[in-house]
Amino acid sequence: MIVLESLAKRFGAVDAVRGVDLTAADGRITGLLGPNGAGKSTTLRLLYGVLRPDRGRALIDGLDVAREPVAALGRLGALPHNAGIYPQLTARENVRYFGRLRGLDGTDLERRIDALVELLEIGEYADRRAKGFSQGQRLKVALARTLVHAPQNLVLDEPSNGLDVPATRSFRQLILRLRDAGHAVLFSSHVMQEVAALCDDIVIISDGRVVAHGTPAELMRTVASGSLEDAFVAALERVTTA
Amino acid sequence: MRALCTVLLKEVVENARDRRTVVSALLLGPLGAPLLFTVLMNVTLERERQGLEAPLELAIAGGSHAPNLVAFLRGEGVEVREFQGDADAAARAVRARERRLVLVIPADHGARLRSGLPAAVQLYADSSDTSAAGERVRAESLLRSYASQIATWRLAARGLSPALVRPLIVDEVDLSTPAGRAVTLLGMLSYFIVFATLIGGLYVAIDTTAGERERGSLEPLLTLPVARRELVLGKILATSAWMIVSLVLTVAAFAVSLRFVRLDTLGMAANFGPRVALATIGVMLPFVLLGAALMTLVASFTRSYREAQSWLTALLLIPTVPIMFAAVYQVPTRLALMWIPSLSQHLLISSLLKAEPLAPSSVLVSAASTLAFGALIAALATRCYRREQILG
Repeated sequence: MIVLESLAKRFGAVDAVRGVDLTAADGRITGLLGPNGAGKSTTLRLLYGVLRPDRGRALIDGLDVAREPVAALGRLGALPHNAGIYPQLTARENVRYFGRLRGLDGTDLERRIDALVELLEIGEYADRRAKGFSQGQRLKVALARTLVHAPQNLVLDEPSNGLDVPATRSFRQLILRLRDAGHAVLFSSHVMQEVAALCDDIVIISDGRVVAHGTPAELMRTVASGSLEDAFVAALERVTTA
Repeated sequence: MRALCTVLLKEVVENARDRRTVVSALLLGPLGAPLLFTVLMNVTLERERQGLEAPLELAIAGGSHAPNLVAFLRGEGVEVREFQGDADAAARAVRARERRLVLVIPADHGARLRSGLPAAVQLYADSSDTSAAGERVRAESLLRSYASQIATWRLAARGLSPALVRPLIVDEVDLSTPAGRAVTLLGMLSYFIVFATLIGGLYVAIDTTAGERERGSLEPLLTLPVARRELVLGKILATSAWMIVSLVLTVAAFAVSLRFVRLDTLGMAANFGPRVALATIGVMLPFVLLGAALMTLVASFTRSYREAQSWLTALLLIPTVPIMFAAVYQVPTRLALMWIPSLSQHLLISSLLKAEPLAPSSVLVSAASTLAFGALIAALATRCYRREQILG
């Protein structure tokens, strides 16, 4: 389970994140939805520990990322926005590198890599160098790398950017399977349809603040038309007029 | 330590598959530097040898005014060429580099000699033409010995001992060893070694820092619960590993190629056997760590692969500064200078080439100081990776 408590971050004169609270529960997919520049990436970077919050805290299974980074980050798999893989390494070697850095080794690690190759259907190109991989292939390798230590919690920053239809489809199936296995999945997106199709819980942020949250059904009830898109727009407007 | 080794191994292997790294570490430095150096040395030596052995060619204007002088020069093996024209024509010919030297003998030469007056001759030469410097010196010394021969005869004709006008005789006793003489020429060698060593790690340093960020693999790496210190040191050591490969190959290539430099034609010897080669590698090892840390630090601050490339290319010039300084001022190997990285390596390698014994204190100060600088810069690089701005 991931819990963010009044998380805030400032860059110079810019308040990028101003007190975000959210919970991503086990066995649920939580979508962080917001327009470009709303503070989604900064929020997630505070969560996976590459930025330090000015205020508030990020808890992973109850462990504070700032206080116990090794234990907390050990229970998290994070896939940053536009994450790249090593072009001169094969798919397997890319995954193995992160596995070793996570402290795995030997037959345990190899078995885990085999399982991920099967789960993500990368068998065909698992031993090819990543140099010429398509965007979809690269994302799968990056995901396998993120999942190598079988983390209970998963954070994905705009993972489906630039994917074609079949790749998006297989990516969604994977996320659903991870949820059904009891993992907490938190991902960000600015694409309404994707969030609507996938998420159990939605958190809408704008201008560094949470402006609405709830299940898709709860959010739809807030507008007369009953459409999620209208609910999204209405939530954004409430902030700007307030 | 475990993460450090994982990073080190991965960066070494990954870069072995990168053409730029392999070409620069295994070919450019180790082959290019000795090749360039050998060609340069051979050209220099050939020019010096020719200057000493080839017969001196001297154009003379108005040779008929001094038949004895011309006969004397011919007797000394000078190939005398008749020059048609006056002093102005001679000056023009030298300026236009048609002739290197022209000796002009005025019409009143014979008359002045006969009456015991100083008889002037003009030697036209361009002192900025370094290729003619040897010939000019030889011509001057021949003319001087002709003059002293006449003086001797004049004194003898008057019943005086020629020894009277030679109150002082300077005997130069050259104590330099053949290897020592070669050092002025071999002075550049240490810089070629420093250069090739840095080149070997250049692309690894870029790939592991600016390259990693440009590919977008840095942020995922930083989400891992691994100490930044281990990541950075792993990267620095991977760069060092490639630099050592380049260093060893370069020194080996020098040991082989110096056999083809004909130093013996000038009575010099290149003292670069296996023992000196090994000692050279040993002297350079602390510098490898410093160079790797410095390149990693600088490349970490750049925003892109290309920017890193131009910064690091400029960085390659920094170690030349103390070496140039030492060459210009002929700095001797002194303990007080051993704390300056790159200068101390240059001086120690020069001593090895001169077959001078290395003072243990010098070696120790050089290694300790260079390693200390390296550790300081590695610490700075680690700090740089702890900053949030490293994500770019």
